[in-house]
Amino acid sequence: MAIPRKPAARFRGRRRARWMTAAAALAAGCGLLAGCGGSAASGGDPQSITLYNGQHVQTAQNLVAAFEKATGITVNIRSDDEDTLADQIVTEGSHSPADVFLTENSPPLESLQAKGLLAKVNSSTLSHVPARFSSPHGDWVGVSGRVSVLIYNPGLISAGQLPTKVSQLADPRYKGKLALAPQETDFQPIVTSYLRAYGQAATQHWLETIKANASGHIYPDNETIADEVNRGAVAFGIVNQYYWYRMRAEIGASSTKAQITHFAAGDPGYVIDVSGAGVLKSSAHQGAAQKFLAFLVSKQGQEIIADPSKSISYEYPIGSGVTTQAGETPFSQLQPYPITIAELGDGSTAITLMRQAGLL
Amino acid sequence: MTASPTLTRPGPPSPAGPGTAGRPAVRARRARLPVVLTGAGLAVAAVLALPLVFLLIEAHGAGSATVSHLIFRRLTADLLWNTVRLTVVVTAACAVIGTAAAWCVERTNLPGRRVWAVLVVVPLAIPDFVVSFGWASLWTWVHGFAGAVVVMTLAVYPLVYLPVAASLRAADPGQEEVARSLGVGRVRTFLRITLGQARGAVLGGCLLVALVLLAEYGAFEILGYQTFTTEIFTEFSVSFSVPAACALSLVLVVLSLLVLAGEGMLRGNGRVSRSGPLAVRQMPPHRLGRATLPVLGGFTALTVLALGVPVGSSIYWMVARTSHAILGVSLTGAALHTALYAAAAGALDTVAALPIALLAIRHAGRLRYLLERSTYLVLAVPGVVTAFALSYFSERYGSGFLYQTAPLLVICYAIMFFPLALVGVKASLARAPASLDEIARSLGSHRLAVLWRVTLRLAGPGLVAAFCLVFLSVVTELTATLLLIPTGVQTLATQFWAYEQNLAYGQAAPFALVMIAVAAVPSYVLGRFFDRTSHP
Repeated sequence: MAIPRKPAARFRGRRRARWMTAAAALAAGCGLLAGCGGSAASGGDPQSITLYNGQHVQTAQNLVAAFEKATGITVNIRSDDEDTLADQIVTEGSHSPADVFLTENSPPLESLQAKGLLAKVNSSTLSHVPARFSSPHGDWVGVSGRVSVLIYNPGLISAGQLPTKVSQLADPRYKGKLALAPQETDFQPIVTSYLRAYGQAATQHWLETIKANASGHIYPDNETIADEVNRGAVAFGIVNQYYWYRMRAEIGASSTKAQITHFAAGDPGYVIDVSGAGVLKSSAHQGAAQKFLAFLVSKQGQEIIADPSKSISYEYPIGSGVTTQAGETPFSQLQPYPITIAELGDGSTAITLMRQAGLL
Repeated sequence: MTASPTLTRPGPPSPAGPGTAGRPAVRARRARLPVVLTGAGLAVAAVLALPLVFLLIEAHGAGSATVSHLIFRRLTADLLWNTVRLTVVVTAACAVIGTAAAWCVERTNLPGRRVWAVLVVVPLAIPDFVVSFGWASLWTWVHGFAGAVVVMTLAVYPLVYLPVAASLRAADPGQEEVARSLGVGRVRTFLRITLGQARGAVLGGCLLVALVLLAEYGAFEILGYQTFTTEIFTEFSVSFSVPAACALSLVLVVLSLLVLAGEGMLRGNGRVSRSGPLAVRQMPPHRLGRATLPVLGGFTALTVLALGVPVGSSIYWMVARTSHAILGVSLTGAALHTALYAAAAGALDTVAALPIALLAIRHAGRLRYLLERSTYLVLAVPGVVTAFALSYFSERYGSGFLYQTAPLLVICYAIMFFPLALVGVKASLARAPASLDEIARSLGSHRLAVLWRVTLRLAGPGLVAAFCLVFLSVVTELTATLLLIPTGVQTLATQFWAYEQNLAYGQAAPFALVMIAVAAVPSYVLGRFFDRTSHP
């Protein structure tokens, strides 16, 4: 059964070949790498801006494509989680390669505004959007809106058994049925809203109870909640409305078992979040960056958001009088909890409370 | 080639096992410490220390009250429990599966041994998060702790299999024969002699498994399982909380110190020696007899679970789902960039590992041992922390020098995966005995010429193995890449992730398959290297 040993000569030849291959790969790699590094550093071009994108990739790509076509300005997109990008911008300071920051929610923009990192938005751009959806200081402009909803699987829980108030999520009968994504940036505004309505002590208790109710169903993001509810792994959860529409567009209406419903009118769980954009103070391309912001809230930009066939965004357009064409509850008929952008703030209190409750 | 007949205490994780690692010469060779070598070694260690320095700076900036508040909270206990139990269970499972598979392939008359030897290693080429995507996208029960155990065991057991298989083949069969002839039973011979011979390799493999588990992010994110690393990522990405992330990272560093120390203690001073120079005798294989069918069934199951499910589900999603197009980069472009970054980092690491490995092997001493050991710590620092550290230093002290360019990204990879390169380089340098250097020197060759013509030539295959280990890891790296990659560029991993996160499974799948294909080449080379270390 002995395995014959390899002839020595063959052995040596192979080793040399491999050794030389490695050396060649090394040399080629170094050369190519130098080339790559060079092409990446194209920041000097005035007709080219860098967008730090915390929005959904599809939405941003469709908006950028139309903008590039309309203006001839090139937009380099860097996509990541909005809070990671905000962290990066703070670390980068005055050297930030970013010209524009586009987010899913207002808190990251509010946070950068408080640190003095954002430039004023042109007043003509601000005038396209109702003032309550933009920064009170004029440092960023609202681009689109979303609203929190309950997503549920009718096979596991009937609409009548669902909570109508966000405070009821703490009810013991929902133990094991509730899904949460506390790390998702969409959840934190609901906590801020709860805090405003009921105060700190009640919020703390509420967070601890819903954590227990959601035990085993704490997910990393809203896409996962939507998917798990739809697959029947858990009965219901809180997401923003457009995640359901996006999922349905992705997997088809026949595979979509989950449904969505709103909280009762004026309930603190019924929150409108605003997605916004700002120009970095450190940007060397203020003109082109402001043009991009103006485009986002223009009729053309807003229609891209409004039309699912153009962007599969399913968020609500909020500027230039454009309304959604996605067949959702019309934006004007929503009856959210009256909390302002300034009150939503940078969300730091909510984060502290969530951390104390062990949700973060 | 003459290899060392006597091996004293082998260095830390040498997957090549006792056949390759250790101090070459018995002669006490108190050579003058080469200044250049030490300088280079210290420089490399200094660069590797950057992430740790960053952690300390941030922790110091936050203040001890904040840091202790962040560390001593309930979440830390939860995370500790999650991280430790997963690490223990998966490491144990990998040790059992990897060792059993290696023993069956190397020491028994298992039918189709050569084929199994390849199939068992190939899962190394499948990124952990592709394995978890494969399982979790098909079955909802693959979730949380149970899911993490299944997925991670299937993804990383080759890290134990490879070194154990190599060491079993290289081990001296004479000892087993002697034990048997002295009347020691089969089982006790196996436990005392066979496992004893493979102990260093098993421990080395387990160390790699444990460190990889501590730093894993993507797979656990998909499975919804919280560990220190996923939480560190959350702290960065949810709450603008760099100090909190750094505080947790410090706990992680302490954990990995414990793992390193534990491995060092278990390894102890156990001497593994073989009689006679290079007596590579083939053992008559153990007969499986009636166990043949169950063992074959086991191997088939392992292959189906570790290889079949992830590849199969990727193909399934590619065929079954039509996705709304996210405009991604082209598959070729992403593959090219990925291979380029991986090759550059692999080359850089292989070169950087040389001085540390030479010091550790040729000039062993307590301080140099510590220097070498300390470099393993970076393996447990999450990629996102290393990347943040580099951007911090670049912005703070270099006005954004190299920031978000390919060279800085490659340096980041090189820091993260340095220990893997060191493992390979050390194992191979140990095969190039110092005595040959001395002969060459005595014949009048220049020191550098000796290094080039003798040492490196003998170590060549091992250097390629080191390169491949790093290459493999870079191909699947995600979190550091997201922070440091040049704007507009995508790697296979980032593009897969972007699709996966948007539930665009159909679009994600081809990227997973190409990732597997790109990683399969170095996996094969690695398999060949470990296969060969046994035939010195």
